[in-house]
Amino acid sequence: MDENTPILQVDGLNTTFYRNGSALAALRDISFSVARGEVLGLVGESGSGKSVTLRSIIGLARRYGDVTGAVRWQGRDLVGMADRALRQIQGREIAMIFQEPMTSLNPLLTVGLQLEETLRAHTDLSRTARRDRATEMLDLVGIPSASQRLKDYPHQFSGGMRQRVMIAIALAANPKLLLADEPTTALDVTIQAQILDLILQLAQDLDMGVLMVTHDLGVVAQTCDNVAVMYAGRIVEQGPVRDVLREPRHPYTVGLMRSVPENLPPRSPLYSIPGVPPGLDALPVGCAFAPRCASCIAPCSQDRPTLSLITEGRQVACFNPIATSQGNAA
Amino acid sequence: MSDVAFSSDRPSFVRKALRKPGLVAGMLIIGFSILLAIFPGLFAPYDPNAIDYNAIRQPPSWSHPFGTDLLGRDSLSRVIWAYQVNMQMAVLGTVFALVTGVIIGALVGYYRGIADMIFGRIVDAVITFPFLVLVIAVVAVLGPGLVNMYIAISVVYWVYYARLMRAEVIAQMGNDYAAAGVVMGYSDRRIIFRHLLPNAITPVIVYWMTDMALVILLGSSLGYLGLGAQPPQAEWGVLIAEGRNFISTAWWLSLMPGLAIVLTGLGFSLLGDGLADLLRPRG
Repeated sequence: MDENTPILQVDGLNTTFYRNGSALAALRDISFSVARGEVLGLVGESGSGKSVTLRSIIGLARRYGDVTGAVRWQGRDLVGMADRALRQIQGREIAMIFQEPMTSLNPLLTVGLQLEETLRAHTDLSRTARRDRATEMLDLVGIPSASQRLKDYPHQFSGGMRQRVMIAIALAANPKLLLADEPTTALDVTIQAQILDLILQLAQDLDMGVLMVTHDLGVVAQTCDNVAVMYAGRIVEQGPVRDVLREPRHPYTVGLMRSVPENLPPRSPLYSIPGVPPGLDALPVGCAFAPRCASCIAPCSQDRPTLSLITEGRQVACFNPIATSQGNAA
Repeated sequence: MSDVAFSSDRPSFVRKALRKPGLVAGMLIIGFSILLAIFPGLFAPYDPNAIDYNAIRQPPSWSHPFGTDLLGRDSLSRVIWAYQVNMQMAVLGTVFALVTGVIIGALVGYYRGIADMIFGRIVDAVITFPFLVLVIAVVAVLGPGLVNMYIAISVVYWVYYARLMRAEVIAQMGNDYAAAGVVMGYSDRRIIFRHLLPNAITPVIVYWMTDMALVILLGSSLGYLGLGAQPPQAEWGVLIAEGRNFISTAWWLSLMPGLAIVLTGLGFSLLGDGLADLLRPRG
């Protein structure tokens, strides 16, 4: 499963949007890689830049702002690539699914037409072969009586079923990387587990990398191999899921984990990290998390900590990381 | 929550339409108007240009239900033949504006940027002009007549369609299916014309219906002023103008074509309102 040769390598990715003449630093210095069959989770609060990261990789963000840095996809750089060349990769090699299954399908076209549209754009299958493949895909994502449902419109499907259809459309052309933008946020909990299982199963069967954006640490724990925690447009902690969740080093990761209610007696107050994330047009000089941080020390408000390796495979951007149980604070 | 298809027990589009009396009335009026426009010969009792000096300015009677004009021509036949011109006006006076407006609005709404800013200023400029005066100015330059009138109306009217279409496309782009189209690697043309445009066009179609009523009114006004259709062609505005000198003695000359304008305008308005009702609530 782990071949360690990354198919996607993001290196120093910056995305800037402009509003009324002021620059908004949506992403700063994002670097990570995804290997074949690997599931990488991106977690963080709303506005931390998780979705913008996905949209910058696939070429959506550059329509609305400036994207710089490098996104290497199998040796080619996607950031500077012309639209026409990029279209050969979008949907064919890299596919994306969205948060809102209610609006991510065109309400006026049948599900079958939308599936076949992807196949027509990215394969040279004949008409009947496309029909067969569309049926096969619906079947694969677990939609009963697939061949009849091809003729149905999106409004005739429930939310969970629509997300399955979206997955079928995204995977129709056999992409090697799936970008999943909070694929289960809009679904109820039982359906959520089904959809996650489906994505994991398909990733394994098709040997496909998955970049999963979520704000739900439970989802990360269940599904991801590695995780990157984002705050105010930067990655603050990165590493294998088990290590990060067992021994979080960045105070923000600790705060996120404490915010998940677990084994609490009824009616006890819920924990939340004090304060709010900074606005992208007014980021603090030092560490962006310093104003909300309990273990903030003197340099935090003057300098920005860089993301650096602390132990094998673990990276943290913090001057005063949380001590591990072994007590070897860096 | 099972996934049974519930299409079968949803009332069909036609059945829902038939339950709205306003819409049905509108469809009947416009349907009949179209019939009159296509086959005026079948409905008109006389030749609209046949002059009869023995029956000049006769009040409505059984043989001439709408009376006759100052040359003894049958008013009913002239009003019926005018349907041809006025319904043609409703279509040709709007369709060029509709098509260019929809295309430009969709493109500008999709690409935004500089083009959108230029578009905004053009819209502002056109909309600040008093519309009738602008059309009269264009007709005055190009000369009176139906074709020039269509050109004049289209030059002005496309901005209204474009503005509406632009706003609707921008709203539709808030839905993920537009972004999904980009991410699937579809061409811009495909996203705009196959995905965004069909989803955004409903309010434009509704506006088109009411616009046809407005264009008939405008065309009649220009005909009345001598800038649109030219006599002896039967056109409601022209007919009203012909009767205006005899309004106290031969009131039917102006009243009957006026009623035809009112009725057709009402038909288009009812149709537009009904369609808006029918198409707007969607899930």
